[in-house]
Amino acid sequence: MPSASDPRPAIHVEDLSVTYRTSVERRPTLRSMIVRAGRRERYVHEIEAVKDVSFEVPRGSVLGVVGANGAGKSTLVRSIAGILPPTAGRVEVNGRVSTLLALGVGFNRRLTGRENVVLGGLAAGWSREELAAKYDDIVRFAELKKFMDLPMRMYSSGMYGRLAFSVAVNMDPDILLIDEALSVGDARFKRKSFRRMRKLCEADATVVLVSHALQSIKDLCDQVIWMHEGELRMWDEPDAVIEAYTEFLEVGEDAVTMEDV
Amino acid sequence: MSTEAPQRHRLEDEFTSEHHVYEPHKVGLPPIGSYVRELWRRREFAVELARTNLRSQHFNTVFGQLWLVINPILLAGVYFVLVDILRSGSRGDEFFAHLMAGLFAYYFVQQSLQQGVRSVVSGGRLILNTAFPRALLPISAVVAAFMRFVPTFLIYIPVHLITGLPIGPELLWLIPIMLILVVFTSGMTMLVAAGQVYFRDIKNFLPYATRIWLYATPILYYAREVPDRYDWMLSVNPLAPIITSWSAVIDKGSTPPLDDMLLACAWALGVFVVAAVFFVSREREFAVRL
Ligand SMILES: Nc1ncnc2c1ncn2[C@@H]1O[C@H](COP(=O)(O)OP(=O)(O)OP(=O)(O)O)[C@@H](O)[C@H]1O
Ligand SMILES: [Mg+2]
Repeated sequence: MPSASDPRPAIHVEDLSVTYRTSVERRPTLRSMIVRAGRRERYVHEIEAVKDVSFEVPRGSVLGVVGANGAGKSTLVRSIAGILPPTAGRVEVNGRVSTLLALGVGFNRRLTGRENVVLGGLAAGWSREELAAKYDDIVRFAELKKFMDLPMRMYSSGMYGRLAFSVAVNMDPDILLIDEALSVGDARFKRKSFRRMRKLCEADATVVLVSHALQSIKDLCDQVIWMHEGELRMWDEPDAVIEAYTEFLEVGEDAVTMEDV
Repeated sequence: MSTEAPQRHRLEDEFTSEHHVYEPHKVGLPPIGSYVRELWRRREFAVELARTNLRSQHFNTVFGQLWLVINPILLAGVYFVLVDILRSGSRGDEFFAHLMAGLFAYYFVQQSLQQGVRSVVSGGRLILNTAFPRALLPISAVVAAFMRFVPTFLIYIPVHLITGLPIGPELLWLIPIMLILVVFTSGMTMLVAAGQVYFRDIKNFLPYATRIWLYATPILYYAREVPDRYDWMLSVNPLAPIITSWSAVIDKGSTPPLDDMLLACAWALGVFVVAAVFFVSREREFAVRL
């Protein structure tokens, strides 16, 4: 556990760029490689999802990330989690990271909730004992006792999100990365998870919260960054960023943008 | 991006430590020591994933498990009849035992490859959301194939006894030979799993490749019966020395020939090292290519 006196920021991102390299029109195959052997065409598409972004997050604070669809928010968070390697730049993270990225986090829909929790936990490096100790807490927090032995394809999307959130917060992370998981929970669960996040922050954890629910961002965050087409458009206090962002969206802070639709 | 991107260096290790630095890299090995340590720490994951996959293929039901043994026995029977007809009915019981033992060992390889080739590309969600040594995915496929191999081997034991093949301490040689086969298979499985990320049709070619490979391996015939003009086939086939050693122990209860054992070890280690370096040095790239 990093101590409270540790002066280093929890997350330090410097000139980060991330590029996806995929073939869009056709899947890469041996056959096509052989067929066009000799010719130099390449069917690789590069998507610069994050371009030259720098910011840092102090320990014990909550960073909100807003931006339109495809702005590069999930990519940014994956890169902080160490899952996507930077194409350029550098990410420095101090602390034990727990990720809750986009809905359905590491979850295989054919498997039961229990199997998913066990596999996810083991992959993240928990021991069986740790898992056994935390399993009941996870199920209790998610309130899904009756559903744990059903395949996850029978879950509603809210139930999905609840289980994912519950796994992530129960890992006792120093750094919690949450990508749009809360927006599917019902009001009661949302309140409960806010309380839980605040508790984590009081215990000196750091949270990165990606959401389209601007009210949640406003309520929870200490600072907010606004991503636009892969670039960092703004990095400031929540009120200032949200004002600018809603103005940009040309909608104003009406109920639709502020609430979680 | 320049090709001389700064080498990624990590102050501590990648998956657990509390201080991580991520910098660009294209291809490069992470520190081997910590990689292996992290892999070993998560060995339960590979076993659990194997078990879960078998369970989701219904191999936890009575019929599922029966099928698991009936299927290879049926195939062994079919191959026996086929070969026996081609040989005008000259094949005896010992040949059936030879064929069955060899076939079961071969199915271990085939199952590993077939499960393993999908392991990385179908691990999409897990790969995009969790940082862990990706080599666990193909390894888990090998574990699953081994879990399927064990019951078939138990079925083989009564066949061995009834046929009256020799029983003695030399049979213990099967253990190191199996170990060599596991090392070799793990290497091959990592190769196809990583290859599948770059070429999505490897999965489609694989069934043909494994079928041809079966025919080129001394399982449906004895190695000593191979005519001179096909000798090259055995000498380029890495499975040939492994299966030849395996059959020497099974058929004659003898110590496996030293040259075959050495060759088998060399192949297994060589393939494993090449595959592991290939896989591990590329695995950080998998997430952007899924
Ligand atoms: N796996 C992938 N392969 C290739 N391109 C991708 C992949 N994931 C995302 N992208 C591209 O990267 C860009 C940023 O995507 P990202 O998922 O980070 O957006 P986002 O801000 O999370 O959007 P949303 O609000 O819809 O979740 C998009 O242009 C998208 O097309
Ligand atoms: Mg997203």
